[in-house]
Amino acid sequence: MTRVSIKVDGVEYEDDVEPRTLLVHHLRERLGKVGTVVGCDTSNCGACTVLMSDADGHQQGVKSCAVLAVQADDREITTIEGLSGPDNTLHPVQRAFHEAHGLQCGFCTPGMIMAAVDLLEENSDPSEQEIREGLEGNLCRCTGYQNIVRAVRAASEEIRRSGGDAEPAAPSPLAGEGHTPDSGLPRQSVPDETIPQPVP
Amino acid sequence: MTITESPGTEIGSPRRRKEDARLITGRTTWTENVTLPGMLHLAILRSPMAHARITSIDVSPALETKGVVAAFSGRDVADVQGSLPCAWPVTEDMVHPDRPPIAVDEVRFMGEAVAVVAARSRAAALDAIAAIEVDYEALPVVLDMEQAIAEGADLVHADKGTNKGYTWVFDSAEAGTGGDAGAAIDDAEVVIRRRYVQQRLIPAFMEPRSVVVDPTGDVYTMWSATQIPHILRFLLAVVTGTPEHKVRVIAPDVGGGFGGKLQVTPEELIAFIAAKRLGKPVKYTESRSESLVSAHHGRDVIQDLELAARRDGTVTGLRVKLLANMGAYMGLVGPGVPILGAFMYNAIYKFPAYRFECSGIFTNTTITDAYRGAGRPEATYAIERIMDELAVELGLDPLEVRERNWINADEFPFTTVCGLAYDSGDYAKATDRAKELFGYDELRQEQQARRDTGDSVQLGIGISTYTEMCGLAPSRVLGALRYGAGGWETASVRMLPTGRVEVVTGTSPHGQGHETAWSQIVADQLGVGFDDIEVLHGDTRTSYKGLDTYGSRSLAVGGVALYNACQKVIDKAKPIAAHMLECDPADLEFTGGQFRVRGNPDGGRTLADCALAVFAAHDLPDGIEPTLDADAVYDPVNFSFPHGTHLCATEVDTETGRVTIRKYVAVDDIGKVINPLIVEGQVHGGIAQGIAQALFEEAVYDADGNLMTGTFVDYTLPTAADLPTLVTDRTESPAPDHPLGTKGVGEAGTIASTPAVVNAIVDALRPMGVNDIAMPCTPERVWRAIQGGAA
Amino acid sequence: MIPPSFDYAAPTTVDEAVGVLRDAGEDAKVIAGGQSLIPLLRLRFAAPSTLVDLGGIAELRQVREDGDALVIGAMVTHASVLRDPLINEHLPLLVSATETVADRQVRHRGTFAGSLAHADPAGDLPAVALVLGASMEVVGPSGRRVVPASEFFVDYLTSVVAPDEVLVAVRVPKQGSWVGAYEKFNRVAQGWALVGVAAMVRRDNGSIAEARVGLTNMGSTPLRATATEQALAGADSREAIGAAAARVAEGTRPSDDLLGSADYRRHLAGVLTRRAVASLS
Ligand SMILES: Cc1cc2nc3c(=O)[nH]c(=O)nc-3n(C[C@H](O)[C@H](O)[C@H](O)COP(=O)(O)OP(=O)(O)OC[C@H]3O[C@@H](n4cnc5c(N)ncnc54)[C@H](O)[C@@H]3O)c2cc1C
Ligand code: FES
Ligand code: FES
Repeated sequence: MTRVSIKVDGVEYEDDVEPRTLLVHHLRERLGKVGTVVGCDTSNCGACTVLMSDADGHQQGVKSCAVLAVQADDREITTIEGLSGPDNTLHPVQRAFHEAHGLQCGFCTPGMIMAAVDLLEENSDPSEQEIREGLEGNLCRCTGYQNIVRAVRAASEEIRRSGGDAEPAAPSPLAGEGHTPDSGLPRQSVPDETIPQPVP
Repeated sequence: MTITESPGTEIGSPRRRKEDARLITGRTTWTENVTLPGMLHLAILRSPMAHARITSIDVSPALETKGVVAAFSGRDVADVQGSLPCAWPVTEDMVHPDRPPIAVDEVRFMGEAVAVVAARSRAAALDAIAAIEVDYEALPVVLDMEQAIAEGADLVHADKGTNKGYTWVFDSAEAGTGGDAGAAIDDAEVVIRRRYVQQRLIPAFMEPRSVVVDPTGDVYTMWSATQIPHILRFLLAVVTGTPEHKVRVIAPDVGGGFGGKLQVTPEELIAFIAAKRLGKPVKYTESRSESLVSAHHGRDVIQDLELAARRDGTVTGLRVKLLANMGAYMGLVGPGVPILGAFMYNAIYKFPAYRFECSGIFTNTTITDAYRGAGRPEATYAIERIMDELAVELGLDPLEVRERNWINADEFPFTTVCGLAYDSGDYAKATDRAKELFGYDELRQEQQARRDTGDSVQLGIGISTYTEMCGLAPSRVLGALRYGAGGWETASVRMLPTGRVEVVTGTSPHGQGHETAWSQIVADQLGVGFDDIEVLHGDTRTSYKGLDTYGSRSLAVGGVALYNACQKVIDKAKPIAAHMLECDPADLEFTGGQFRVRGNPDGGRTLADCALAVFAAHDLPDGIEPTLDADAVYDPVNFSFPHGTHLCATEVDTETGRVTIRKYVAVDDIGKVINPLIVEGQVHGGIAQGIAQALFEEAVYDADGNLMTGTFVDYTLPTAADLPTLVTDRTESPAPDHPLGTKGVGEAGTIASTPAVVNAIVDALRPMGVNDIAMPCTPERVWRAIQGGAA
Repeated sequence: MIPPSFDYAAPTTVDEAVGVLRDAGEDAKVIAGGQSLIPLLRLRFAAPSTLVDLGGIAELRQVREDGDALVIGAMVTHASVLRDPLINEHLPLLVSATETVADRQVRHRGTFAGSLAHADPAGDLPAVALVLGASMEVVGPSGRRVVPASEFFVDYLTSVVAPDEVLVAVRVPKQGSWVGAYEKFNRVAQGWALVGVAAMVRRDNGSIAEARVGLTNMGSTPLRATATEQALAGADSREAIGAAAARVAEGTRPSDDLLGSADYRRHLAGVLTRRAVASLS
């Protein structure tokens, strides 16, 4: 076991992990961040994409299935659950996916949205072709990508219009009483079975 | 009480989806998110061999691994595990070999389960399966369908004496629905003979299959990433001998299916058996590589066609012979997939004679079963490819040949050579619109210019028209085809005392947006606000009856059930409103959510008023049951027949063989539309999958029966950068058989796009002597065709 | 899936890393970006006893100028290569080739040096390192050695780096008056190269004075197409370039696999070479 300290969606977590634990499994199974999902075992699908700070503290999109939890020690991570603002206001990219019907089954969506946020942070005015290439690490089986591309275009316009960059809104600080460990959702509205239980 | 007034114009409006709220914020309930106290994790050891006898198997080393609670092989559970069901024995004498969820003595495809471990963590379970010792004795591997049915072939199931599972025939002369195809071919002025091969595909839904079973409490509860919770519950009960009322199945949020989750899987049964044995909740989630090798595959059909025509381009008959690869066993509806296509080879055309013969063949491969379109893409591909060949043979424009043969708008309803009654359509209108959007004539000119200058990048134009049968299905038709279930669908509408509405549907969405579309239907019918409606689905406890989601049926059948249930609610409320307004029910009209006395715009009563009245039940008319809830079951009287015309322009780099889609136009006619945004999404996704079949995807086995495309590195799904921006539009010929007028759109795009793309590639290369390219049309295949064609 | 168990070490200096590797024995492995290694571990195609993470060694993240060369530290990621001003100025070929590697997320983690150490014949950067004349600085228990790219790649997934050694930096001569292009051919945007061609030329009054051509996935290691290079010297027309390019597969041994046949690879290599060189006029 190795002790790691990782800040996820604004909350510090310290845990002992097996070195072989993938970051995505750590997020899902230990921290209850089940918004981030796993779609493959070869790091092709991008469903597990989160933002993670690099050694210089700069957040960038990574496939959390291709990072060991131990490699995330002392890093800061933003998942889909930490993307919305303090009072659950949606990030422009989230809003655009909804508006442009950029999702169907929604399984690729958390990763797709995080990849789009990452892309827009580097290029706030991507062309359609740049969006398509910028999302080449994410697979979607439902949408044919067309409305995803449309959503990212729309989000980029909104972000530029509002003068901001695509930096994620500050996540809600600490989860309080009556909340799930950290997602900021009221406890009552979360079905019991989605709250991770310790294994015997 | 603040209830938003419905404008009554929900149907047809591009409502943003309700389900998005949880999906874009990561608050989704995937089966894999379900975690229960004391839950154990399963891992499955799978066969590395395509065909072998299990000479010995020892699970005890796994038991010594840290964290392991139990391990068992097929032999250990042989008496309780039963056999996986097939719901579509297409002929009386179909060969249906037993298929134990865990192989007992013999494995028949790579990836078949041979042993199971239950452990405290997933990692421990995975570590432990590696310790299990299995000895295999290799048996001969059967892969090629034609060899499989040759004299003296090795057998997949030695005890069955044959690799042929069934032969199913439709002959229009025998059925009395048309002429004799053989005679038409013998007498024809032109006969075109072609073989087309539908490569094996993998549905590759993005959410890997996952199942959780909780045996604690009074019933067995199964969460499963399935398209078919209702069918699954019924078959689980039957296969395991568990009383049906003791089984509850929940399909929570499900991440795509495309037919791939229309299955009762070994993994579901394994989890059920393990939970029952261990008395603890268990979870199994497949990895992607397990999914690709063990979840059912699709297509894999060899099609031999003979098309008879006159020199003027009139088609006079068609004979089709299919070999359909079933894989090692019969899947849930696998044998029926080619039969769903059988009635579609005549497509939108009027020709008078048709014969179809299909054999289902066993091979040592993963089973095949429904994949988006199921049978209909295969049929459409074949007929639309061969119509192009006919056009070339006769020196006609491919659109012209189609026009000469298609059913005209004034001929509907039209009874086809298969005996189906096509409900409505206007093929000319859709085609004209497509041509206009495409710039057909300009592109033809550019094509000529590139040919003239010998450009290394050639342009091709591909056409595909199509129709399909949606809205599965009239139950009596399914019965006649020997399908194991009916085709009805249910809906319940529950009026809550505050005027809010709960809708329960028997369909089971996994990306199609039923929560939104169903709300739109109810909002318009009942005059309640879109946001005041909750749609419940996918849990056999709340939605105890239903036939689930596949075959573009949910709206065309389930939507109509919902419409009918709404009408019943209104009928029930009417006497109550009349009682409150102190008038005769016959004098009331219901518009905009209000009951009003005809001719008097004031002082109406809303459904919410009635709902509160039945809740209190203090003052109801005599003999009135105090409820507004209503159930409806709808059994369609006919299929519905959407249609459309797709045009594709491809650029082919003749030096490398790379194909790039330059322009793609789809004009679809799917009848009335509830939500154009959702429809557009379905069309986009469908076309993308059809393009993927044409250009990118193929499941490949090596000579030993090892799946070579076992990860997403090798099974190449197209990315955003590989697909074009599509131009889509619609024409509208409402379905005449039901009040919603909707037809079904889930599969349309997939059906039309594959032949449009391949026709375009072949069209680009005709001058080089190319008249066919096997799918997927990889750069290498295209390049080879050019080499071969030129030689 | 989940990797098999292993021990984990996060040294902060190269010496410490080498020490851990030496003590841990044959089955220890270095992990850099992990973008090749972690997928292999997940599929359980690799089962190291210990992983030695280079991520904590700050000096390995540097790019520095050293006379007429740049020295790129082992932990410089593909994304840093794309951003780095020195590399953009002096090694535009490396930048354009790196753009074709994998996808954004993978480029954020995967490293240039890791791509070379991994020695995947389908990897894009080994052929590029070859034509750029890069050399590798390798540190092991017996000290530091420098290996030119031409001697670095031994076989399929095998480089000269021994299990107890660390590739600490790649020294790449500045392109100077050389111009270069990388032509990659893959089936889907996220796919590996079926064939890739890295071409560099130095021109002298309109004609090609000198050329280097490196090939991706035309054998079990990246290769130089020497016959083509020689034929390109002095080439001054499309025809001459075409004729030289046609010889590119001489001496190669491309594999026949799911992605493509050997024949097709040979053919593609010719087309891509011609296009790469022609784009440099
Ligand atoms: C989905 C996906 C697509 C990809 N597509 C491409 C592509 O198109 N083209 C391409 O070129 N690459 C591709 N890659 C691979 C990517 O470029 C990797 O970054 C690269 O191959 C390895 O770099 P790494 O730092 O991640 O190495 P790691 O995965 O950490 O290591 C790889 C191997 O090299 C060894 N190693 C690494 N660094 C050192 C060192 N400094 N000293 C000694 N040994 C070392 C490790 O022990 C290991 O054996 C892809 C990867 C993925 C996941
Ligand atoms: S799970 Fe597919 S890339 Fe991470
Ligand atoms: S929305 Fe289903 S995979 Fe993208």
